[in-house]
Amino acid sequence: MAVTESDVENIAHLARLKITEEEKEKFVSQVNQILEYVEKLNEINTDEVEPLSHTLNLKNVFREDIVKDSLPQKEALKNAPAKTDKFFRVPKVVTK
Amino acid sequence: MNLQATIAAVKKGEVKAEERVNKFLQVIQSTKEFNAYIKINDKQAKAKAVSVDHRIKDGRKTGKLAGCVVAIKDNINIKDQETTCASNILKGFISPYSATVIEKLEQEDAIIIGKTNHDEFAMGSSDENSCFGPVKNPHDPKRVPGGSSGGSAVAVALDTVDVALGSETGGSVRQPAGLTGITGLKPSYGRVSRYGLVAFASSLDQISPFAKDTADLAVLFNVIAGHDERDSTSAEIEVPDYSAYLNKDVKGMKIGIPKEYFADGLDGEIRDGILQIVEQLKAAGAEIRDVELPLSEYGVAAYYILATAEASSNLARYDGVRYGHRNKDKAGLTEMYAQTRNEGFGDEVKRRILLGTYVLSHGYYDAYYKKAQKVRRLIKNEFDSVFSEVDALITPTTPTTAFLIGERADDPLQMYLSDVYTVTANLGGICALNVRAGKDKNKLPFGLQIMANQFKEEILFQIGDFIDRKCTRYQWE
Repeated sequence: MAVTESDVENIAHLARLKITEEEKEKFVSQVNQILEYVEKLNEINTDEVEPLSHTLNLKNVFREDIVKDSLPQKEALKNAPAKTDKFFRVPKVVTK
Repeated sequence: MNLQATIAAVKKGEVKAEERVNKFLQVIQSTKEFNAYIKINDKQAKAKAVSVDHRIKDGRKTGKLAGCVVAIKDNINIKDQETTCASNILKGFISPYSATVIEKLEQEDAIIIGKTNHDEFAMGSSDENSCFGPVKNPHDPKRVPGGSSGGSAVAVALDTVDVALGSETGGSVRQPAGLTGITGLKPSYGRVSRYGLVAFASSLDQISPFAKDTADLAVLFNVIAGHDERDSTSAEIEVPDYSAYLNKDVKGMKIGIPKEYFADGLDGEIRDGILQIVEQLKAAGAEIRDVELPLSEYGVAAYYILATAEASSNLARYDGVRYGHRNKDKAGLTEMYAQTRNEGFGDEVKRRILLGTYVLSHGYYDAYYKKAQKVRRLIKNEFDSVFSEVDALITPTTPTTAFLIGERADDPLQMYLSDVYTVTANLGGICALNVRAGKDKNKLPFGLQIMANQFKEEILFQIGDFIDRKCTRYQWE
């Protein structure tokens, strides 16, 4: 299952990463090398095995629904690269 | 003087916390070329030391870590301080809150002296992937200290602090501890709260401590271990007093030697050094058994699918909207995201995001991600089965001693294989400790790894401390 340049372009778009032509070439060969290596997992028969998402014996963890202080709006906005007094400011989403 | 004795001396007023901090700050200045630190908190550290000394003089109460000086990996949040994750994308981010481990350290009067360098977003095995430049190994500055928590390891190895915190996802504390000749613990998944640790791969990440030796490590681990309601994956399981497991013998303990960890690819000097210690444990009355963990060789493959998949999802939050870097072009929203992330992330992080996005994408999810999750279950089962026969396993921590800076930089797969003996513990959720084992003919240190089942850290402390006291050929200089 080798990836091509157009696959890498597509993945980069899905991951919202802009990569240069040079990077694209390098990533194609490196990602293929890694994928070829991980193919070795197919040597293991996992037909009857349930996937394991984490190793703790936990299901839902509940707590009482009590109102507590949360991060004040001003604090939450403090690190924003662009903001108004109440909101994060982003570039225009809808264009003509 | 070990850490416990030092803290006792500080509490009696025989040693001043302020003098300790000043001495450490001088060492930090004189060892700057190793690039272990991103930021030094000299003012806050001095203020905290003065406050500790005052309270002691006034006969008031102080915490369990009074006068203990700590360095923190820069992917753990401290309120009102910058957290960079060694990445251009987060530079300038001031955390509005502290991690649970930081609150615990502060409550017990530890003195936080600075934040340490590491691989960007904790992704790497060499500490070469930092936007602040590579960290250097104290035993040979041309060599890597290991990674990703290399700065914290070097901070301890250079005697710039008593202890330090790093984080583990696939060996990021044990491997640098091994390559710099110190002690590092990967706690069981769920033993330490992850609240305030910047997420890389949430099902594998654990905040993990460094110290010179196992006894010092117990003092720190006693404080940071335990349940936290702010981390739903932290376990509600009682935490024993780990210091109670020091100064014991190993008579009757069953220790397994998995042959897969001593196969081809392991440096001969490391193999001999580890097996010599195993012989000493045997002579001391431990029962040594040969065991098999045939799935170990699949660890790296399963790990790099699961870790990159989770990373691609966790790192989606760095989009230039709420914090960190934003691209300055006046482009539209989608273009802004892509440009911001291109400018902000380094090569290794981009590579892992791409790989992780690919293994999660439509048509490949079952073949890669689900397959790796199934293999994770089999690896966990294999550990459960071996730990029904033995109390602990002993293996090397790394296949080689420290490699040269630049040596593996262009070969990601070769770099990933540096973690071949450590990733399995993260996949299985078990705990594992690196202790000092010896040095090779080039005077480069190597470590011995002890593994025990989930929430059995006390076994690691018992065996690790015994090796420190009775077996190791490595002397602290």
